[in-house]
Amino acid sequence: MWFIATTTFIAMHAVPGDPLTSERATTEQIRKNLEERYGLDRPIFEQYLIYMGNMTRGDFGISFTQQNRRVNDIIRDHFPVSATLGILAIFFASLGGILWGALTALYRNRWPDIAIMFLVILGISVPSFVFAALGQLALVNVNTALGVTLLPVAGWGTVRHMIVPSLVLGLGTMAFLTRLMRSSMLEIMNADFVRTARAKGLPPTRVFLMHQLRNAVLPVVTVLGPAIAAITTGGFVVELIFAIPGLGRYFVQAVQQLDYTVIMGTTVFYGAFLVSMVIIVDLAYGFVDPRVRMQ
Amino acid sequence: MNTTPHSFHPADFEPVVVQRKTHTISRPSLSYWQDAWRRLKANRLALISLYIVVGLGLFTLLGPLAWTINPAAQDLDQVSQSPGLQLTALIVAPYEPWAGVTATLMASRSGVTEEATAEIRLAEPATTQAIRVVWEHVPRAAGYRVYRSVYAPEPDRALGLPLADLFRPEQVSFEDRLDLRPGRYWYSIVVLDRTGEEVDAYTTLPVDVHRVTSAEEAELLGWVDDAATLRPGDRLQLPYHPLGTDYLGRDMLARLMYGARVSLFIGIVAPLLFVLTGIAYGSAAGFIGGRADQALMRFADFVVALPFLLFMILFKITFGVGPGESGVLPMLVALVILGWPATARLVRGQVLQIREEGYIGASRLLGAKTTYLIMRHMIPNTMGVILVTLTFAVPSVIFTEAFLSFIGMGVAPPTPSWGSMCNEGIRTMLSHPHELVFPAVFISITVLAFNLLGDGLRDALDVRMRGHE
Repeated sequence: MWFIATTTFIAMHAVPGDPLTSERATTEQIRKNLEERYGLDRPIFEQYLIYMGNMTRGDFGISFTQQNRRVNDIIRDHFPVSATLGILAIFFASLGGILWGALTALYRNRWPDIAIMFLVILGISVPSFVFAALGQLALVNVNTALGVTLLPVAGWGTVRHMIVPSLVLGLGTMAFLTRLMRSSMLEIMNADFVRTARAKGLPPTRVFLMHQLRNAVLPVVTVLGPAIAAITTGGFVVELIFAIPGLGRYFVQAVQQLDYTVIMGTTVFYGAFLVSMVIIVDLAYGFVDPRVRMQ
Repeated sequence: MNTTPHSFHPADFEPVVVQRKTHTISRPSLSYWQDAWRRLKANRLALISLYIVVGLGLFTLLGPLAWTINPAAQDLDQVSQSPGLQLTALIVAPYEPWAGVTATLMASRSGVTEEATAEIRLAEPATTQAIRVVWEHVPRAAGYRVYRSVYAPEPDRALGLPLADLFRPEQVSFEDRLDLRPGRYWYSIVVLDRTGEEVDAYTTLPVDVHRVTSAEEAELLGWVDDAATLRPGDRLQLPYHPLGTDYLGRDMLARLMYGARVSLFIGIVAPLLFVLTGIAYGSAAGFIGGRADQALMRFADFVVALPFLLFMILFKITFGVGPGESGVLPMLVALVILGWPATARLVRGQVLQIREEGYIGASRLLGAKTTYLIMRHMIPNTMGVILVTLTFAVPSVIFTEAFLSFIGMGVAPPTPSWGSMCNEGIRTMLSHPHELVFPAVFISITVLAFNLLGDGLRDALDVRMRGHE
């Protein structure tokens, strides 16, 4: 955490120019006042200490470009939107990944397998912004063809707004999880304990659900951490294209406007979020897999 | 046994020559790499991917030699043109001002009736140089308003763009030179009464506009070398754009080629650099071992913990892009800074593992030096893993580049890259989808080819698979 915060601070202050350069009408005095207000007139090291001190108290400071808006408020207002989108996307991705992966393994080398694996390869190699754009295009066409707005093309607010963006966002991860699930399922299908279960006469559905599926899901749980990271950053693009007021869009805007405090605040926030997600997934893994707990 | 004393001859000490060919069952001995290559060739998907990769390389390197159109040349006359159109233009004389038509006014006493309309016609054939419309004078009209639309006016639809209010009733002509494109326009004339209000009725004239250009203009735009070779009435072939043009009228094919240079350059050089860095770092850590190893690896863990794309963006702005720079170098540096730890970990693990192998001990017992060990055993044995990592790193870097360029953090605008082309294409997605589709397809194919090639390489180089058919 400390490493992330420090690296961000150093990287930000190495940027040529500062956020106040864009304020055109500033006189020398105004500029000086502004610098004083944001603490930019002090030595870098002191700024660093102040910043770190505030951060430990959970205060990320005030935005440079949107005066009177605290970074904490920005995060508080817009992170829930991103989180909703992300959770839905993860939900779609893992549900679809497990489902399709198990299906392809069961129908190995027959047409459902080939068809789904073809889509999976497509999902892995097509960038998310292309999916987003195509999704939007499809929505426009469907809506004009039907004459009613079945699902809105952009914006945020109701459940109907959320469906397409989160599907698009989850698509790449879904493809990745499907592939993983398929290989782990194939491995499990030939395992000794599955043969034993069959031999002792358990019904096939029970073997499938309790022995195969449960064990095959384990590797999928381990990659959920990186998957969350992928979906978080993928969210930037989807939020931009679908005009969703999430934190990702604010981050991209802040980067373009050199808004120090917002960039640092969101980066540190995202960093903390991702690190804690990885830890949670690790803990969850121990919860799911008794073998890990034993060690 | 009774042996007679035997005197030895030098010939007795010569090796025995095998007289008879024994029947042997063996196949030619294959080296590791020959074996891997054989297995790769057997994998159809991987082989196709290899061809695609080679093809992309040729497209990037040799393409600009064959297709010499300047990717930066803008042609605002041919903005967002569809792929494969071969357009021609008629050569006409340079533009000359037009005096217009004036009507002789008749004395008027009362106001205009609400149904007053003017009959319109064209004064001369409509061209992209100028459209000149003339209408019949309406008695008692105080003026006329001219509209232009790209759609046929419907009763409930507006008449389009109001081009001019003519408050001199004797003027019954209008010359339109505003941003004319080949196609169909609808001109509507509405009569104005004394207060400047429109009457309800209007007349509309559909006008088909033909593409023309003057010889001088053609030379100025670089379509012909010498204006003197063109006579009015000639048909001139406009530059051909097989994949259409983008929103500034730049040739898509040329831009895709130069974009490929940027995307593939970053996609191949960056993994190469950070894999090399990773090898050096990882093998150093693995070889030295002990405390130093611990410290080095802890640092690598730190770098891994950084959220990758967030810090890519941060580093990108830290290095900054000056005016006139393409922004390729900063991206390369940022990728290397953030990309190396994965390889470093992998190589370190390999080195630690191989160091303990029996054959290393054996060859050390036989007096092998460290350099020999590294060159003969370590490098060849880790090469396969490294090659696979490298192949898989390429698509992920291409993805990263596309992502960054897409959100505007990648290469700076005039330089094309597939990601930035997608970003530009998305704005005109609804009307001109080809501007998004082509770069997106190129990104997808490249990523797909490298992924499949990586899969194939991994299978081919996997030692456990050796000997399996």
